[in-house]
Amino acid sequence: MNNYLRRKITDKLMRALTVFCAIFVLLPLISIFVYVISKGITSINIDFFTQLPKPAGEPGGGMANAIIGSLILTGMASLWAIPAGVLGGVYLSEFSTNKLGTLIRFSADVLSGVPSIVIGIFAYSVWVRPMKSFSALSGAFALGIIMIPTIMRTTEEAIRMVPHDLREASLALGINRFKTTIRIILKTAMPGTITGVMLSIARIFGETAPLLFTAFGNRFWHQGMTQPIAALPLQIFVYAISPFEDWQRQAWAGALVLIGLTFVISLTSRLVTKRKI
Amino acid sequence: MKRSKLTDFIFQKVSAVFALSAVAFAILILFIITKEAFPAIKNFGFPFLFNTRWDPVKENFGALTFIWGTIVSSLLALIIAVPISLGTAIYLSELAPSKIRQPLSFLIELLAAIPSVIYGLWGIFVLVPLLRETIQPFFAKYFGFLPFFQGDIYGVGMMAAGIILSIMIIPTIASVSRDIFMAVPHSQREAALALGATRWETIKLAVLKFSKNGVMGAVILGLGRALGETMAVTMLIGNRPEISLSLFAPAATMSSVIANEFTEATSDLYVSTLMEIGLILFGLTLFLNIIARFLVWSTTNKASFGK
Repeated sequence: MNNYLRRKITDKLMRALTVFCAIFVLLPLISIFVYVISKGITSINIDFFTQLPKPAGEPGGGMANAIIGSLILTGMASLWAIPAGVLGGVYLSEFSTNKLGTLIRFSADVLSGVPSIVIGIFAYSVWVRPMKSFSALSGAFALGIIMIPTIMRTTEEAIRMVPHDLREASLALGINRFKTTIRIILKTAMPGTITGVMLSIARIFGETAPLLFTAFGNRFWHQGMTQPIAALPLQIFVYAISPFEDWQRQAWAGALVLIGLTFVISLTSRLVTKRKI
Repeated sequence: MKRSKLTDFIFQKVSAVFALSAVAFAILILFIITKEAFPAIKNFGFPFLFNTRWDPVKENFGALTFIWGTIVSSLLALIIAVPISLGTAIYLSELAPSKIRQPLSFLIELLAAIPSVIYGLWGIFVLVPLLRETIQPFFAKYFGFLPFFQGDIYGVGMMAAGIILSIMIIPTIASVSRDIFMAVPHSQREAALALGATRWETIKLAVLKFSKNGVMGAVILGLGRALGETMAVTMLIGNRPEISLSLFAPAATMSSVIANEFTEATSDLYVSTLMEIGLILFGLTLFLNIIARFLVWSTTNKASFGK
């Protein structure tokens, strides 16, 4: 009987412990939210969205150029990485042979595991140094490499879910592979594909490390694709480690905007997937 | 008829090119960084890995302090994150009422979606003061006889980096292990329950034992993420290339030294040395990722056979 009691107590104890773990995980999340929202809201103002940064130590100014810069960088990275990722995913699920498919999947997994700072020094070596200038283009190049594996794998998974009957029905009607894939298969797999795309956008929007040696940051408005460009996460980084109180205040405001935009993107992608075919 | 065949042909080839771009990039990154690191590899040779000096002025470089910083901060993160993640994953897959399960998984996913620079910001202004004023004095007072809790208290340092990394890898380990626990066939649990096991004994005997390899894989995936993490660590570790047993002391990691010094590196050899550190980092994460994927894959496969 004693043994039975011991087992019951262990059971209760361990179960309580798992609940405790789950609560413990939420603590930093809550703390981060509380700080970003409370400190962010009190520091955010119109200037923040409309003004350029002021020189070091001077109060005032904003991060307007960094917000626009981040949108430009993310847009340009999407422009080349989304088609590449989606078509790559189509190839994996529709055309690839077993051996080649394994190689491509393996490479995509390797690529998604490469630390983002390593992708940064890679983009620096193949783009920034030959061109002799930090540039928006090189930043978009680095961010795109981070997007490709995620999009490729999620597109492949989404297409695999499409029932075979649909594909066969379309082919039996004499519609060629190209139109079948684009109009029938990709269309049916759209929700899953969009989720993958949105998640990768949300991820690169907050990436800092690969931009350190490519986009580099800039105190002025956008000056063309071959010039350094400001980015929100970069600006937050620089302001957060600065000794100036006003800059630290703006770092919190930037964090609020960054977290807000990132979550809007991830939440939209969740809503898209909820509406299944 | 002929034209549509041609479109098909072109479509297939074009998509093949894009799919192969993943292979090309993976190889190209490895090749280019090796090439860039070559002058440093030739200059310092094998002892580079064991040299603790880091003197940019005299160009006497060694990687050991950074390898140490990366490995210790990541191990510290694992020590904190693994038990908490596993507890959470067990709660999510085995014990939580279905009403809690969904929202809790969602919140944990949110934790994974926070950009690392925001973890760094929060770390500087919330975690570091907390460590400096409350937690580290506590450890120094009651555990100060251990070498890990001695020396000056700065707030920033190995402990801050380890804690922030643990928060960042908990979502990875927790969600992958939850999926692995969910893949354990129900018959396993039912068998244990039918023999009179309590819920916890069922979890221990049927679930945990069955998913040992997969959980190992989840942990290694988390470790891979911790090793390569840059921004939050750079902001919190203090960036002093020294080897110290004390968790209070500032340190530097492979990624933090690249982030801090790459744009300031003046000589070609300096740049090349940082590239070599990047190459070591890449090699380490590559190695771990391959092992992790294999472990996760082998468990989920086993589960589908067992069904």
